[in-house]
Amino acid sequence: MTVIGWLQIVLFCVVIVALTKPLGYYMTRVFNGEKTFLSPVLRPIEAGIYWISGVDEKREQHWLTYTVAMLLFHVGGFLIIYGVMRLQAVLPFNPAGQVAVAEDLSFNTAISFITNTNWQNYGGESTISYLVQMVGLTHQNFLSAATGIALAVALIRGFSRASMRTVGNFWVDVTRCTLYVLLPICVVYTLFLVSQGMPQTLGDYVDATTLEGAKQTIAVGPVASQVAIKMLGTNGGGFFNANAAHPFENPTALSNFVQMLSIFALGAALTNVFGRMVGNQRQGWAILAVMGVLFIAGVTVTYWAEASGTSTLQALGLTGGNMEGKEVRFGIVASSLFAVITTAASCGAVNAMHDSFTALGGMIPLINIELGEIIVGGVGAGMYGMLLFVILAIFVAGLMVGRTPEYVGKKIEAREVKMAMLAILVLPLMILGWTAVGVVYPAAVASMANAGPHGFTEVLYAYTSGTGNNGSAFAGLTGNTFFYNLTLGCAMFVGRFFMIVPAMAIAGSLAGKKSIPPSMGTFPTTGGLFVGLVVGVILIMGGLTFFPALALGPIVEHLAMNAGNLF
Amino acid sequence: MLREIRPAIVLLLVLTAITGLAYPLAMTGIAGAIFPAKAQGSLIEKDGKVIGSALIGQEFKDDKYFHGRPSATLAPDPNDSTKTVSAPYNAANSGGSNLGPTSKALADRLKEDVDKLKAENPNAPVPVDLVTTSASGLDPDISPEAAQFQVPRVAKARNIPEESLKTLVAANTEGRWLGLLGEPRVNVLALNLALDRASAK
Repeated sequence: MTVIGWLQIVLFCVVIVALTKPLGYYMTRVFNGEKTFLSPVLRPIEAGIYWISGVDEKREQHWLTYTVAMLLFHVGGFLIIYGVMRLQAVLPFNPAGQVAVAEDLSFNTAISFITNTNWQNYGGESTISYLVQMVGLTHQNFLSAATGIALAVALIRGFSRASMRTVGNFWVDVTRCTLYVLLPICVVYTLFLVSQGMPQTLGDYVDATTLEGAKQTIAVGPVASQVAIKMLGTNGGGFFNANAAHPFENPTALSNFVQMLSIFALGAALTNVFGRMVGNQRQGWAILAVMGVLFIAGVTVTYWAEASGTSTLQALGLTGGNMEGKEVRFGIVASSLFAVITTAASCGAVNAMHDSFTALGGMIPLINIELGEIIVGGVGAGMYGMLLFVILAIFVAGLMVGRTPEYVGKKIEAREVKMAMLAILVLPLMILGWTAVGVVYPAAVASMANAGPHGFTEVLYAYTSGTGNNGSAFAGLTGNTFFYNLTLGCAMFVGRFFMIVPAMAIAGSLAGKKSIPPSMGTFPTTGGLFVGLVVGVILIMGGLTFFPALALGPIVEHLAMNAGNLF
Repeated sequence: MLREIRPAIVLLLVLTAITGLAYPLAMTGIAGAIFPAKAQGSLIEKDGKVIGSALIGQEFKDDKYFHGRPSATLAPDPNDSTKTVSAPYNAANSGGSNLGPTSKALADRLKEDVDKLKAENPNAPVPVDLVTTSASGLDPDISPEAAQFQVPRVAKARNIPEESLKTLVAANTEGRWLGLLGEPRVNVLALNLALDRASAK
């Protein structure tokens, strides 16, 4: 670990905190339906969209209608992706002549993109056409991100409203999020990325003759426009197989830094949106503080582990950290930081290969996802995930003093706690359940690339990433098999929607409750005690659930490595 | 609930058209106009022929060139399309080795490469980036130490003094952005092109 390395980490944190308030202010106005500086340009387009699609923007929806609208929207999204993948051979924008994608891989990819997971069983440049990249993937990158944010805003409205039957209008929230938040940022962001060297072209792959006379086919494409939303929307599905490690998908140290910022920016801003909507910004800062504590702890461990290297490297006298699967322009610190960010948020883009991380360095990304990606989290998903943990923490605090717990003026009762528990139990069910199948089913075992405990970690990571809708991978695992395409598809689907429905039920139930003013007995939720309590609940829940699995994977591998065992 | 069906279909199609077609196509047009060379992939031409991209690494095996990092990229086996074969710096199928910290295959590969480099230059410690594969398999850069490490070999192959090569490496070393972000690095293709130019004089 070096001083300049830590300076890069500190700079990242400072910029994120500085962006939180202005972005939160802007997004609050967008979701309250107020005028913004972009309204003169965008308002006519917005009104036109409502007119042709028959949306009455004044009419709000009950939580159940809101949820059904969201589900219908995703059925359509699924069909579009599945359709263009199966038909890409006869559709335009296919200069590399890619053939139809197989049924199981198309199924997996379609689920993967509508759930904001973007797990890459497809190899970007080697499997799919530009049309699929644009119409299938870029478009769903926008819509799954907009959906996540819309759902978080609906849950926040549950807290901020009193005695109401509705939580907002899904169509309006998604449209406004896309038009006012995602698209304008992406336009500027795309141009910045191209200025750093990222391609943006519909031309053919380029055939070059290298200095030594060999032939090199260089894949290009409309990369920048997709990368912009892939990062901003915490989607993470790469244009290229190597994702943000590919020099075209992340050309410079600066493009890397901005990509990291864009993963966290909207998620962090949502804490401020929460604070503003419930009428006290300090409530938002307290939640951001919980995320910050967990984040710094994770970065410290991963950076330390990667900088220390492995016993194999040390035995050969190689210093400078574990550079296997990392790029020179990012080095140890920017690769470690990126890995923690991408798994804290449910982004899943990678600028280094997590499979080649040290045992402990690779364990942190795994833990980040297993905790539910609530450290800033996926856009929207992180916020509603964190609020579920807050409900549990408040409930625990209530139990200790024997009072009905309250949070931002709402009584937290049996229904909310049950729903929160239901949502949180989805994670161990899918992750541990499928991992257990994956390590005994012969066709699944054959997919492991590494032997010993590392192979187990590959399978655990795959289901963790799928269920958590992250999308990063211990990429040695051959995921593009019938078994993994199907079971990971299931994990991604359940991990996304079985979390959303209970969260929306909580939103509906809270919106209907009266708001009670704070009294002497109210537990203050803006201070250090609250932050400590939530951090504690998260770690205990995560630890109790996943420690045994982690002990079998990364922990035993670390011990084996120190003992000099190779597999 | 039935009245949600029309927006589900129409809104989806409208937003797909905006975000999936209008946005990427408009950005392709605008980016191509403002940054024409970069939008095409920063291609380098020599005598009218494309020799590569400034951002994409390529394989160097000849002693008279500086070498890049090992690459773990694969290509379909020409004899059996269900299998893959090693194809370093395959820029149409990026990827890393994905070998873990306790992998025996990785340990063996590292040992072999370290021994080879030690024989080539016994006077300097072997830089870690010269024996580890990059994440993309297309890393265009090596560390300044890795470039300096290869100076004796290249100097001997080209029969030029080591001092002038060291100056050339220093001139082709890029620092951190604003002295802070990223790591110092040397673009191998740019260095080798500069080397060819210097030798031609």
